[in-house]
Amino acid sequence: MTADLGAQLAAAFDAAVAADERVEPRDWMPEQYRASLVRQMAQHAHSEIIGMQPEANWITRAPSLRRKAILMAKVQDEAGHGLYLYSAAETLGTSRDELLDKLHSGKQKYSSIFNYPTLTWADVGAIGWLVDGAAITNQVPICRCSYGPYARAMVRICKEESFHQRQGFELLMALSKGTEAQHAMAQDAVDRWWWPSLMMFGPPDDESAHSAQSMAWRIKRHSNDELRQRFVDIAVPQAESLGLTLPDPDLKWNEERGHHDFGAIDWAEFWDVLKGNGPCNEQRIGQRRRAHEEGAWVRDAAAAYAQKQAEQQAAKHAGQNEEARV
Amino acid sequence: MTGTDTHAATVTAAALALGDDALILSHRLGEWAGHAPVLEEEVALANIALDLLGQARILLSMAGDEDELAFLREERSFRNLQLVEQPNGDFAHTIARQLYFSVHQHELYAELARGEGPFAPLAAKAVKETAYHRDHAEQWTLRLGDGTDESHARMQAALEALWKYTGELFQPIEGVDGLDWAALEERWLAALTDVVERAGLTLPEGPRTGAWAAGSGRQGLHTESFGRMLAEMQHLHRSHPGASW
Repeated sequence: MTADLGAQLAAAFDAAVAADERVEPRDWMPEQYRASLVRQMAQHAHSEIIGMQPEANWITRAPSLRRKAILMAKVQDEAGHGLYLYSAAETLGTSRDELLDKLHSGKQKYSSIFNYPTLTWADVGAIGWLVDGAAITNQVPICRCSYGPYARAMVRICKEESFHQRQGFELLMALSKGTEAQHAMAQDAVDRWWWPSLMMFGPPDDESAHSAQSMAWRIKRHSNDELRQRFVDIAVPQAESLGLTLPDPDLKWNEERGHHDFGAIDWAEFWDVLKGNGPCNEQRIGQRRRAHEEGAWVRDAAAAYAQKQAEQQAAKHAGQNEEARV
Repeated sequence: MTGTDTHAATVTAAALALGDDALILSHRLGEWAGHAPVLEEEVALANIALDLLGQARILLSMAGDEDELAFLREERSFRNLQLVEQPNGDFAHTIARQLYFSVHQHELYAELARGEGPFAPLAAKAVKETAYHRDHAEQWTLRLGDGTDESHARMQAALEALWKYTGELFQPIEGVDGLDWAALEERWLAALTDVVERAGLTLPEGPRTGAWAAGSGRQGLHTESFGRMLAEMQHLHRSHPGASW
């Protein structure tokens, strides 16, 4: 490619993105844009897959058949979201196997939130309300992301996620309005999940490595801190209607800003969890690797069977062609 | 007891037997969540588990309060087949259990759907689901049986290990009327023979009398792992008597 042509392509790309046009798989794109998207989409897909674990932890103990059905359906949806996202990432020239290898070897990350344990049934509700709520706040703007396949995957995912979030809220409501012990269980779960949920928006703007470029490329639409603020403003009245408190003494309405002020996030904890030192990092990745390794013989069998079927088909066609010639 | 009462009681007992089968197998499949060999199977196994749980909820509701029945009965009061309570084992064991059960369940519901008994409406809905479950189990039996040497050996071992629990499938359930159980068993055997042969596997030959005797699960006599499974399933519900969720 001549320097001229390269510059022209880059200029056309920048203009298309600035005009809010969608980039599609066959379009030219800067290598950095491609790499950045693969990183973000893979991390997103991995989060869906690892995120099945803390909730699946309660499937066998769900306290009513209705709740059990809801939880199973949710965990199933998450596997489906993972599949959408791996497919979308594959349009950029990578493969699901390659991405899973990177997850298993720790080369790619997943959301830090899933390194926290689900200790009681109420955690299932807190995850639905707060974790899915934070995810939706993050993901709704991605429905307008410059990369078409990612944007379209997010439209489908966000519909299901908001359904899960309402179910989580409703679960907590039942507990909050239930017995004293149930109310206490709900409050304890919200106390443990509030701060990790705020951390889901990523580091503060001045420490976010990828933010500026992602925003310029319209992969991202809003800064981490903007989205975090939006989430707090939505969550505060919801907590009130649940009859639960949020574990932050500095949380209060700021008339002047038209937003809630809130306390300082423990960034040391955030970076620590991200580095692999959270309460469940080893357990989560260990279970994922184990499922993959123990399933290897099943995948090998499916591949061998498919191969035999294809060979039989080919032999049959060859036989038919032979007959036709005779 | 009047004749009508007796009839109602046998329908209740039958709803419990069929409902417990679906409930317990659904629970076992739910244990796979997050552990499946491939993402597509995370979706498929959860899907089947959800279908079965839906059936269980309808059937248990025919017999009483679904949650009371699921969470407050003890091991000796459950009426499910010993087959469905068997631990997941490896993927081949799960598939063998699913194959034996879903071929049976599909044939059973197809016949109940044709009748006019109390289970006909449920069967009409469930027969569509069980057709999918059966296809899933058959396809995997073919893949594993005719895949690699290892998968072949594992699938054969799984078929052998669970074979003894299959006799109980054809013990008539009182309250499920107008069913020719012997004909059902013949169709089941024919279907099993067909898929097992296509997979290059051998149908086991041992006795099919269950851990104690065929019919044990239906009488509340279960295998050891079942009590532990119930302990996990019921713990939270039992810890909060009278609470709603």
